[in-house]
Amino acid sequence: MTYFPEEVVEHIFDFLSSHRDRNIVSTVCKAWYRVERLSRRSVFVGNCYAVRPGRVMARFPGMKCLSVKGKPHFADFNLVPHDWGGFALPWIEAAARGCPSLEELRLKRMVVSDESLELLARSFPNFKALVLVSCEGFTTDGLAAIATHCRGLRELDLQENEVEDHGRQWLSCFPDSCTSLESLNFACLKGEVNAGALERLVARCVNLRSLKLNRAISVESLARILARTPHLVELGTGSFTIEHGAEAYQRLIHAFQKCKSLKSLSGFWDVAPRCMQSIYSICPNLTVLNLSYAPAIQGADLVKLIRHCFKLQKLWVLDCIRDKGLAVVASTCKELQELRVFPSDIYGTGTAAVTEEGLVAISSGCSKLNSLLYFCHQMTNAALITVAKNCPHFTRFRLCILDPGKPDPDTNQPLDEGFGAIVRSCKDLRRLSLSGLLTDKVFLYIGEYAARLEMLSIAFAGDSDKGMVYVLNGCKNLRKLEIRDSPFGDAALLENVGKYETMRSLWMSSCDVTLGGCKALAAKMPRLNVEVINDTDESDEMEENPSDMHKVEKMYVYRTLAGARNDAPEFVEIL
Amino acid sequence: MTLTANTDRLLFSATPHSSVEFPARLREMEDVKGSDGLGDTELRLGLPGTSTATRSAKRALPEGDEESHDELRRTSAAKAQVVGWPPIRSYRKNSFPARKAEAEAEAEAEAAAGLYVKVSMDGAPYLRKIDLSVYKGYKELRESLNHMFQCFSLGELSRREGGSGSEYAITYEDKDGDLMLVGDVPWEMFISSCKRLRIMKGYEARGLESRKH
Repeated sequence: MTYFPEEVVEHIFDFLSSHRDRNIVSTVCKAWYRVERLSRRSVFVGNCYAVRPGRVMARFPGMKCLSVKGKPHFADFNLVPHDWGGFALPWIEAAARGCPSLEELRLKRMVVSDESLELLARSFPNFKALVLVSCEGFTTDGLAAIATHCRGLRELDLQENEVEDHGRQWLSCFPDSCTSLESLNFACLKGEVNAGALERLVARCVNLRSLKLNRAISVESLARILARTPHLVELGTGSFTIEHGAEAYQRLIHAFQKCKSLKSLSGFWDVAPRCMQSIYSICPNLTVLNLSYAPAIQGADLVKLIRHCFKLQKLWVLDCIRDKGLAVVASTCKELQELRVFPSDIYGTGTAAVTEEGLVAISSGCSKLNSLLYFCHQMTNAALITVAKNCPHFTRFRLCILDPGKPDPDTNQPLDEGFGAIVRSCKDLRRLSLSGLLTDKVFLYIGEYAARLEMLSIAFAGDSDKGMVYVLNGCKNLRKLEIRDSPFGDAALLENVGKYETMRSLWMSSCDVTLGGCKALAAKMPRLNVEVINDTDESDEMEENPSDMHKVEKMYVYRTLAGARNDAPEFVEIL
Repeated sequence: MTLTANTDRLLFSATPHSSVEFPARLREMEDVKGSDGLGDTELRLGLPGTSTATRSAKRALPEGDEESHDELRRTSAAKAQVVGWPPIRSYRKNSFPARKAEAEAEAEAEAAAGLYVKVSMDGAPYLRKIDLSVYKGYKELRESLNHMFQCFSLGELSRREGGSGSEYAITYEDKDGDLMLVGDVPWEMFISSCKRLRIMKGYEARGLESRKH
């Protein structure tokens, strides 16, 4: 194909939508590498420390969209110390120098300072979209800079970030000339915003299709906003506390009735159950419903609501929906593809909210289900085997039994067979999270059957090194492996060191890996960064020169072209 | 079977027959793993002297109606001490006022988790770890240590006052690295300065005593 003109090759590459495909074609020959790199518009960096920012900009000068991920996934659960790293500034600086035509930036689990946001706001004249997911380190001042300087901004999407509130004026910084917003999500902000400025902003942005408000927005304000945005497709409500008979409530119902395009709803922070009636008119059109922040809506009211939602494809709820409620979902929501059931009572006395019965009901009713996150108090092998049979299309299967290491309550057996059935049946499984009592056997099954598995999360599982080795030797598409509190040690770590260069990263915490094992790994594989992260509060355990036999509390290993990073804090040792 | 330092932090149900004052926080290894006949030589984290019960429907809380409010508080604080479990983002955990209180209790418990100290006993093959913050005073501490180590046929660990027959004495290493006799300083001062505990033979400790006076 090298005898085709470059324009033709480039045109053909345009049809390759996935990063993976483009990465592969770039390795075919020098000519293709060149064509590909000059025509690449969207770049995804799964680990910010795998490559230097400057190198990315140099290779892809025509880049328009950049996506970067920082901290390892277990940082979500406070397992990564606060100052570990993942700074956005070097990336923004490098992009400002090398790719000034950047239009979109997506960052996940990174530390983003106000300084970086200010630099971002001033450096890219064509900037259109900023998406920050699970980030931290910035305040509303940084947002003000974005609002002020990014002319033509189309998307500002803040998902579950920790943002310090420095006042409500940031929203007013969108100039009157700003009419380009299509998507605005500030649901994670804790502070108030200027309601008047918001209402005027949404009124003049006629292309606005997605709006997610924060908790501080009152229902009165919501009603006024909705009156100006009848074409909204996605809405995140504010607090939704309202008196049932009040005038504002009537106005709200009226406004909802006008929003014929609404397909996605979330928010409902403080809603009282009766008030959910106001959305009954929209329910038949909903494809996405997120009620996972509304603990006040219990079983019966939830059920009444769900009975209207027969087009639902994605549902996030709390476990107060109960098994009975899930049965209603199963009989109503035949189009359901993704279900997430979150726990409402984490530290409580285990009032069984959802069990294996709810999951089995869902699986028999919703045959299109392909993505699951399920927190429950117990699970049985029989149930998992049934689910595997009913739903062979799972691509993501995450089960969290709240009591670590809990066996099948009916048989007292480990859940090896249940998960084994899942991996055998679901040939397209890409992501799996295990829980409950598990022996090495489950890993034997995973290694043997989970050929497409890319991400595996293990906690309190396994008996011996063999378990981890089965996975490393078996899952040829494995990219991310994260393990906590499991008896895997140096032998497992060092069994297949070449494997780690085919993966993005490996995380192990509270396992049996020793410092010596980590050193051996680092010595054998120079293109991996082996980070040993010390717990800062274990001061009585920390010695000046810990011996090689010393167990490592947290270890993070990742392949990299950039060598050891120079921004690591004191408690991180890079071997 | 290797022991990780952090299985200490896992909090599981008490065995049905536990009668100790503090919530059982050590997980028992399953019987299943001992099937190769080496079960007897396996290190287990069960309370000494207890047999490994089968894993029959372990509940998350210790059973017993005599559970005092205190016990419940300790248990739920203790339950919260498994760091990062269940795997829920802090953003979600902090989203509800009620849950925020729980999250704060968890943070408190985690802060309190710093009061774990190792306890060694001369002649015992392995050490234990206890959380000093769950005890109200010396009496409780002694009773629980007594119970913990009785299988090593200690005899009573008693205070020096009544301790004419005492074979063992409880000592501790403080912040400065000095070996001290337990009981000399006020309880609050003790728990803030104690780094590890050591149960030693009485005659060794008598030297400590006389040094002090």
